[in-house]
Amino acid sequence: MFRATLRTGGTLVLVVMGLVGVFLALRAADALRVAGWGFFTTQAWEPDSGNFGIAAILVGTVLIATVAVVLAVPLSLGTALYITEYAPLRARVFLIATVDLMAAIPSVVFGLWGFFFLQGRITEVARWLSINFAWFPPFRVDGVDPDDPLSTTTIYTSSTFIAGVVVALMITPVVTSIMREVFAQAPVGEREGALALGSTKLGVIRSVVLPYGTGGIIGGTMLGLGRALGETIAVYMIISPVFVIQWQVLRNGGSSVSSLIALRYGEATPFGMSALMAAGLALFLMTLVVNFVASSIVARSRSGASS
Amino acid sequence: MTTTEIRETHLVPPGDDATEARRPEARRLVGGTRLADLLGLVGAAVGAVALTALLVTQIFPVASGIAFTVIALGLFVGLYALLVSLDERPVAVRDRVAMVVVHTLAFTVLLTIVFIVTFTFARGLPALVHPNFFVEDMSLAGPLDPLELGGVAHAIMGTLIQITIALAITVPLGLTAAVFLSEIPGPFARFVRTIVEAMTALPSIVAGLFVYATFILALGVEKSGLAAALAISIMMLPIMIRSADVVLRLVPGTLKEAAYALGSSQWRTVWQVVLPTSRSGLTTGVILATARGIGETSPVLLTSGFTASMNLDPTTGPMVSLPLAVFQFVKSPEPTMIARGFGTAAVLMFLVVLLFALARFIGGRTRKER
Repeated sequence: MFRATLRTGGTLVLVVMGLVGVFLALRAADALRVAGWGFFTTQAWEPDSGNFGIAAILVGTVLIATVAVVLAVPLSLGTALYITEYAPLRARVFLIATVDLMAAIPSVVFGLWGFFFLQGRITEVARWLSINFAWFPPFRVDGVDPDDPLSTTTIYTSSTFIAGVVVALMITPVVTSIMREVFAQAPVGEREGALALGSTKLGVIRSVVLPYGTGGIIGGTMLGLGRALGETIAVYMIISPVFVIQWQVLRNGGSSVSSLIALRYGEATPFGMSALMAAGLALFLMTLVVNFVASSIVARSRSGASS
Repeated sequence: MTTTEIRETHLVPPGDDATEARRPEARRLVGGTRLADLLGLVGAAVGAVALTALLVTQIFPVASGIAFTVIALGLFVGLYALLVSLDERPVAVRDRVAMVVVHTLAFTVLLTIVFIVTFTFARGLPALVHPNFFVEDMSLAGPLDPLELGGVAHAIMGTLIQITIALAITVPLGLTAAVFLSEIPGPFARFVRTIVEAMTALPSIVAGLFVYATFILALGVEKSGLAAALAISIMMLPIMIRSADVVLRLVPGTLKEAAYALGSSQWRTVWQVVLPTSRSGLTTGVILATARGIGETSPVLLTSGFTASMNLDPTTGPMVSLPLAVFQFVKSPEPTMIARGFGTAAVLMFLVVLLFALARFIGGRTRKER
């Protein structure tokens, strides 16, 4: 009787979870049948005229997540190392609690900050980057005259870059928390051994902590990437949607799958809904792959699947 | 395990019997800061600020506080490396630079996030000081009305109702599933575990889209608090099962074996040994999942819709939650509405912090008992 109840509970969860995946796939099938392989190469999003695809939004999603991860990983690595290696003992407990709490701050709060505080101030940085690093293709912004001191910074607002910065701050606590847990487990014997051989603190970090924590660093980064890919509201508040592949990350306009869904679900026809489902499915599959890779890396590393 | 302890244990002052006999032993400071280190840090900081000021005002003008901070931090690390390299060996220089870089990164992160939180509270303060903000709804207050009118009581109630329904679904179901995973192992349990782990990757907006497409479009249920609660449940369920599964696996096998040896059934063992042993971990898992669920905007946006008035009935009509209310308020260009948005965000954060403190309290208490 008891085992039957448990089995029922497990089956129920399996059914609910499976239903979500199966239902998404079924509903997406309509749209995928119409779009065919063009679904992966079309940039526009006009489902009702049959001209739609996820080329632009998927690239946009990946770009935002890339900016976020590139910024978040060094920040998290530094914070995690500070907490485990440098912070005074008494501050450590407090810092750990703070970082864990930060991981629970709702994303809408980050969106608010990004929109009302960061946006107006970071455009100057974006402009400086675009003028001085124009040789680096993603930083180039066409249609800007670097010699015109009066040119407005409007072209730098609502960009992939700004959305990426906000998402980076959002995922930093999560990534930090995972890295910190792994670093803290680095074997004391090896630390002491390194110190006994006359190693500096940096030496201990480089020869003991980082090699031990490689799995945690990669796993944490991938989990952060998964969160960054799926983030909706913070991105939606900042970005102004465009449906062309926008490689210039500093330039106004970008796109992401989740903000597309939030933008279009209300006015969608049944077929448009199916197209959104297909986009959602693509996003889900992407985060799924990222998560599985992350958990397998963490599980195989020396530090084990503790996180 | 900490490095401070290590330093004290292996750097014992060399014992020299002859000198020890002659004068009282002076404790050698191995940790402390030297004056030169402090001066080096201060000098590098002052130099960096001065150089940055020169750079951004005279050489290539950037009118942005963020740019100033970033350039100053970069210069600070460079100058400090230069200062240390004057009287230290390369190994020590690298060590010091690494120390400064790690501190800089950590303080950047901590200060930025503390700033985000204070920024939200500061901008929301004009709305938060009016008591009516917590007891009235927005049905009588328009965008142009002053902050003395209207409030977010409807969003607070909405959030509480939705999260209560979501918990009523996820706690029994999630715990049963987690107990199933640990008590009846086998190929089927492994399969369920894989699916649950896969579903933790489900983006919250897709959970919302699923409920929107099934309940609202296909079954014709109207947008309601119940639909939102279902969307939140789908999002919370895998998170909760996963954390509960981890905690349940930590229950010592000897305890279970002792229970079985005393002749108790599997049901009694789970109910009186396994669950009480892991109670604090389970509670922490539930509360953390709740904190995630409370802060989600997108599933509620899709499934519940926005309303300005109080709605206590989760089965009919739109029911707004705190994050959704924030999202709607700040869409308006009116300063009072934006202040309300920040105030609502502050209330939401306060709720999350409260839950978190609760989780810490429960989790921390039993760790000491153990």
